[in-house]
Amino acid sequence: MQIYLPIADLPVNIFLVLGMGLAVGFISGMFGIGGGFLMTPLLIFIGISPAVAVASVASHIAASSFTGAISYWRKRALDVALALMLLSAGIVGTAVGVWLFTKLRELDQLDLMIGLSYVTLLTAVGGMMIWESVRAELRTRKGMPATLRRPGSHTWLHGLPFKLRFKRSKIYVSAIPVWAIGFIIGFIGAIMGIGGGFLLVPMLIYFLRVPTATVIGTSMVLTLVTMASATVMHAATNHLVDAMLALILMVGGVIGAQFGVRTGQKMRGERLRLLLGLLVFAVGLRFAYELVVSPDDLFSLRHVRAG
Amino acid sequence: MRRIALTALIALAVLAPSCGPAAAERLVVSLSNHRVAVTSSFIGENLVLFGTVEPDNARTPLRPPYDLVVTVTGPRETMRTRRKERVLGVWINTDSREFVRAPSYLSILSNRPVAEITGQDALRRLQLGLDNFLLPQRFGSDLGDTARDDPFRAAFVRLETQQGLYREASTAVTFLTPTVFRAAIPLPANVPTGSYAIDVKLFARGVQVSSANSALEVIKTGIEQYVADAAHDHGLLYGLITALMALLIGWFGSVVFRRD
Repeated sequence: MQIYLPIADLPVNIFLVLGMGLAVGFISGMFGIGGGFLMTPLLIFIGISPAVAVASVASHIAASSFTGAISYWRKRALDVALALMLLSAGIVGTAVGVWLFTKLRELDQLDLMIGLSYVTLLTAVGGMMIWESVRAELRTRKGMPATLRRPGSHTWLHGLPFKLRFKRSKIYVSAIPVWAIGFIIGFIGAIMGIGGGFLLVPMLIYFLRVPTATVIGTSMVLTLVTMASATVMHAATNHLVDAMLALILMVGGVIGAQFGVRTGQKMRGERLRLLLGLLVFAVGLRFAYELVVSPDDLFSLRHVRAG
Repeated sequence: MRRIALTALIALAVLAPSCGPAAAERLVVSLSNHRVAVTSSFIGENLVLFGTVEPDNARTPLRPPYDLVVTVTGPRETMRTRRKERVLGVWINTDSREFVRAPSYLSILSNRPVAEITGQDALRRLQLGLDNFLLPQRFGSDLGDTARDDPFRAAFVRLETQQGLYREASTAVTFLTPTVFRAAIPLPANVPTGSYAIDVKLFARGVQVSSANSALEVIKTGIEQYVADAAHDHGLLYGLITALMALLIGWFGSVVFRRD
């Protein structure tokens, strides 16, 4: 069944988009991530312009992270104070990101920027995750206990001023790295149409030593607010959010996420991280391939304005 | 002297039809549908243009065989064609040309290839065929069309053709009798909304003898219209409502699937 998308200005098969929402929702529930880094490329692949895809996926991620955040809230597994702190910087990052998005679109370099940031981020993060989980796997094979969090071990980050105590997460850190992380996630999210969960979770674990118990819930709150505000900002400045497309994606995503969570809970942590790492890395390679290999068509069209 | 003047007059009378549309034939055209509605189930539409060639007054004889060229132009839009080049191993948009007020839809339909219907000069003057249609580009502060083989112009026409928005079909017009014809106008699913102009030109032995105009409108209706208008006119409110919808669906999902 075809449905006409009012902003993307093209008809799509409703079941195809719904299926994509389900599949990405499944993966996002399984790994506790938004799944934007998968959804945006998929939408571009079925012919939706990158700009509309990035702007519409933001609202889809807002929906699925809200579902997740509610269930973590019920389990008391999120740190509101830390989330608010990250958010104050995240919104500024989103605003700067949306501004740069508009500028790059005018300069005809938006597609390149999206492509390049996908390649660098995904291959780097994916590679790191694979490396880390393979090492953890080897350690457990040898019978050594996996030690992710070493209490008392401090990095230079802990020497910075403006220290704050986050009770729920049981950490005492400077506000500077917290703000920096919030800003980076908000900024990247707006430009790339990703929630940044797959970046935020490792950053919180490795840099701030947030315990695993509260990290996913907290990251979901941040994702929710940055993506909801990205939706509003993209709609207000670029008029590119396709509500019809977003609605179909959300419905699929929310249902898929529920099944993903159940599958994810049956798997071991290291195995799950390895799978996610491989997935992230593969998507990164796919983008690298597109940038490097000679395109079929050197020319492309862009609408400048009506009239 | 009088003889010369008479000869000139006769010559003029003979030459007159080649100078412009003569009054001998009249075109009567009718479009199957003047208003195409883009609804949520829109997957494109085929319009049919019917018409007949009639004598302008009962005594003038018709002069078949006729040739017919129908040009359908959509709403004007400024487009940019970009060219990628390899920079440091990565493909980047380096060069671009702006096509100012180019038709967002362009169909040139005829009963046989336009090059066989009339001479190159007339084709250029009447802008018949994709190669002869005027597509002005911006050069600094000036506007001008380029040669047909300009790579940016060629790429522009090729990309639009690939999307089904530009087409030149030399079999789309059928003469049912020597004077009655029908033309199929395909509107693809991605057809832009707005007003379309239809220009019909009739040729006899390589000379334009008559022309007619018609128009059609492609409009979004129902929810599509509503959503598109809201997105453009009330961006902030639209964004807030979309974000709210996201929260609602997220909340709904957690309620429906709640297990604890």
